[in-house]
This record gives sequence, structure tokens and C-alpha cells, in this order.
Amino acid sequence: MISLLQEAATTVVEQSQGAAAASEHGGATAQAAAAAGEASAPGMPQLNFDTFPNQIFWLAISLVVLYWVLSKIALPRIAAVISDRQGAITGDLMAAEEFKQRAKDAEAAYDKALAEARGEAGKIVAANRAEIQKELDAAIAHADAEIAARVSESEKRIREIRDSAQADARQVAREVTAQLVETFGGQVDQGAVDQAVDNRMERALQ
Amino acid sequence: MEGNIAQLGQYIGAGLAAIGSGVAAVGVGNVAGNFLSGALRNPSAAAGQTATLFIGIAFAEALGIFAFLVSLLLMFAV
Amino acid sequence: MASDTEKETGLVFHPMQQFEVSPLFGDGPVHWYTPTNVTLWMAIAVLAITALMVLGTRGRAIVPNRLQSVAELAYGMIHKMVEDVAGKDGLKYFPYIMTLFMFIVFGNMLGLLPKSFTVTSHVAVTGVLALAVFISVTTIGFLKNGTAFLGLFWVTSAPLVLRPVLALIELISYFVRPVSHSVRLAGNMMAGHAVIKVFAGFSAIAVISPLSILAVTAMFGLELLVAFIQAYVFTILTCVYLKDALHPSH
Repeated sequence: MISLLQEAATTVVEQSQGAAAASEHGGATAQAAAAAGEASAPGMPQLNFDTFPNQIFWLAISLVVLYWVLSKIALPRIAAVISDRQGAITGDLMAAEEFKQRAKDAEAAYDKALAEARGEAGKIVAANRAEIQKELDAAIAHADAEIAARVSESEKRIREIRDSAQADARQVAREVTAQLVETFGGQVDQGAVDQAVDNRMERALQ
Repeated sequence: MEGNIAQLGQYIGAGLAAIGSGVAAVGVGNVAGNFLSGALRNPSAAAGQTATLFIGIAFAEALGIFAFLVSLLLMFAV
Repeated sequence: MASDTEKETGLVFHPMQQFEVSPLFGDGPVHWYTPTNVTLWMAIAVLAITALMVLGTRGRAIVPNRLQSVAELAYGMIHKMVEDVAGKDGLKYFPYIMTLFMFIVFGNMLGLLPKSFTVTSHVAVTGVLALAVFISVTTIGFLKNGTAFLGLFWVTSAPLVLRPVLALIELISYFVRPVSHSVRLAGNMMAGHAVIKVFAGFSAIAVISPLSILAVTAMFGLELLVAFIQAYVFTILTCVYLKDALHPSH
């Protein structure tokens, strides 16, 4: 294992040395190529090793600046914004859940109150109805009693009237009969006339 | 131009190397086509494998780019 | 070669001219400290990233505006990538990976502006980026796992006879990583720009020019895609290498 590691390390070193050598060598050839290229072909700028240090230098600066900007400013900020949003969403969801629960509770309380009120109203109605019924019954009974009294009074009066009328009629009939009998020259027997008139009247009234 | 046999060989070699780009295109098409047929069989698993698809395409593409690079080197740098 | 074509057909092909490093002031030699177009475009990239990531998020709004959404999108994408590919302990290196991604994507995109200079098309630049990744990843691997990091090359799932051979192959592929990592990016950028330039060169012929403009437009669209995808690929490969360093057992 360790020998492998050493081997890898030496390979890296060799590689870097090789690269350095290659860059020197490449620089020389590129210069030659550039000198030749003046006349004929532009060549590949990617293999112009003269420009390598320049590119690598500016690349390193750009990368360091960019890494600093991103890791110190941009990325923490974006992470904070995203987690804020996540928190806000979760909070809102929880709040919504709570409001929903509260609305449910309120609805249940409302339903309960409504049921209670309904029961109360029913009770009141029933009580009122009973009371009214009682009063009504009393009133009816009173009215019935009054009516009965009136009726009996009326009947009494009617009977009195009828009796008096009967008595009057009997009196008149007796007198008329006595007169008639007298007129026809008969002997008035008051007892017989009364008897006869009463009989006839009894029969007529029946 | 006339009589420069080295330059002739350079250009012919560049053209031959450029064939490699076309072959790489076949490879890329193969990768994408197989991915598509697999994705159509099991669409639910496809979304998680797009990264693998891109890696596969990149590897196939890279060799074509190497061929293209060889042709560019032959054209301009040698 | 270009001058020959020029003489014979009247066409001007300088597809490589756009990649030339030249001093900003005067025509002097390019020393390591000379401000060149490399400096200019790197500075523009850094300023643009700063504008997006710092000024764009100035409001720290819960409901983001456009710039802030873009910044948060980039943040979320890379953050998720690091977490998915390299694992939770890879998040420590997230600012570094974010720096790489933003620099490359802005270098690529700014390079698509006409008359601009593509810093990421130079092997010197991508090589340094890739070497930085390679060296830091290797260092992290040895610091985190000690010699167990070498288990990366010792494939325990293979038959014992094959293991030395596989170890050699793994070792070679490990050291080829920075090469392919850097050349892929630089090659893609250079190839796309050179092809656009070649198509643009054809527009000197009046009959072909509409076709050439169409081709340039199409290539430009493709290059926009490539510019993003290559930055994405560079970043995701960095994450993959980081994962290898953090968890070397396959």
C-alpha cells in the first residue's frame, strides 16, 4: 500500500516535472511555430505555450475572487433566503392548520349554542303553550260557566215569561169562555169553565 | 502547395480523424436512444437517471472531441 | 493553409483566430501579468456572476424576482447535484463546485457573444480547472480515508487473478481523468466556435450565404445547449470524482 502511495507521489512529481519540461519545450516550439506562422498558418492559439502563464495567472485570480464572493456573500445569502422561505411556508402552513382548527372549534361551539338555543326555545314554547292552554282552559271554563248561568237565567226568564203568558192566556181564556157562556145565556159555573179551559190548554200545549 | 507531400498527408490525416467525430455521434445517439427506450418502459425511474444520461453522453462525446482535436492539430499545429 | 485557400477561392477562413490571446493595450509580448483579452472576459464573467448572485439576491425576498429566481435555480440545481451524487458529506465542498460551475457556464455563454473571447476554450484554463479538481479530490481522498483510498483501484468484486490487471487499468484511467476532463470542455467549446466560424466564412459566396446564415443560426442554438451541458457535465464529473474520494469502496 505504502509503496503504491510512494509510487503515486513520485508519478505526480514526475508528471509535474514533465509538464514543466513540456512547457519549456512547448514554448520553444511555439516560438518557432509563431516565427514560421508569420508567413503561412496562424496555428492553434490553444497550443501557444507563451500565453499559458498569463491565462493561468488571471484564471487563478478570477477563481479566488469568485470563490470569495460566492462563499462569503452569495451562497450564505441564498441559503438563508431559501431556508427563510421554507420556514415561512412551514409557518404559514402551521398557522393555516391552526386557523382551520380554530374555525372548526368555532363552528362546533356555534352548533352547540344553536342546539342549546333551539332546546331553550322549545322549552319556552312548551311552557308558554302550557300556560296559554291553562289560561285558555280557565277562560273556556269561565265562559262555559257564564254561558251556563246565562242560559239558565234565560231559561228561567223564558219559563217565567211562558208561565206568565200561560197564566195570562188562561185568564183570558177563562174570561173569554165565561163571557161566551154568559152571552149564550148559560149559567156560568166558574169551576167547570176553569176545568174545561185547563183541559183544553193542557191538550194544546202538549 | 505543389509537391508538398507532408502537407498532403497532414490534410488526409485530418480528414480521416474527422470521421471519428461522426462515429462519436453514433455513440451519442446510441446512448440517448437506449435511455429513451428505457425511460419509456419505466418512466417513473427516468427522472433520477438524467445525470447518468449526461455522463454517458459526455463520455461518448469526449472521444469524438478527441478525434476532432487530432484533426485540428493536424491542420493547424503540426 | 488559410492564405492558400484565400488566394484560390476568395474565401477567408480564420477559424482559430478568435482564440488568440492578445494584450488589451498595445501589441507587446504576453507576459504572465499582462492584461489580455483573457483578463477582460474572465473579469466580465466574474462581474456577471457577482451581479446575478449578489445583486440579484439583494432584496432577500421571500417571493423572488426574476434575477433572484435564476440565482436560486442555479443554487438549487448544483446543491441537489452535489447532495445526490457526492452524498451529504460532499456538501462541505459545495461552494467550490458552485464556483467551478458558475465560472464555466458563464465563460461558455459569454463566449457565444459575437466578437467575444471564450476563456473556457483554452486547454490552459480548463487544464488548470481539471488539475485543481484532480489534486484536491486526491488530497481529500487520502486525508479522509488514508491508505484505504487505494481500495478504489483494488476491485474486490473481481476474481483475484484479474485484480492486478484491473488495478493497472483503474490507475491509468484515474490519471487520465484530468486530461479527459479538461480536453472535453475545451474541445467542445473550440469545436463549436470553429464550426460556426467556418460556416460564417462560407457566407462570402452570395449563393451560399442564406444557407450559411441558417447553418450558423442552427449551430448557435446547438452551442447554447452544449455550453450549458458541458458546464453541467464538468460539474457532475467533479461530483463523481468527489464521491470516489469520499467513499472509495465501489
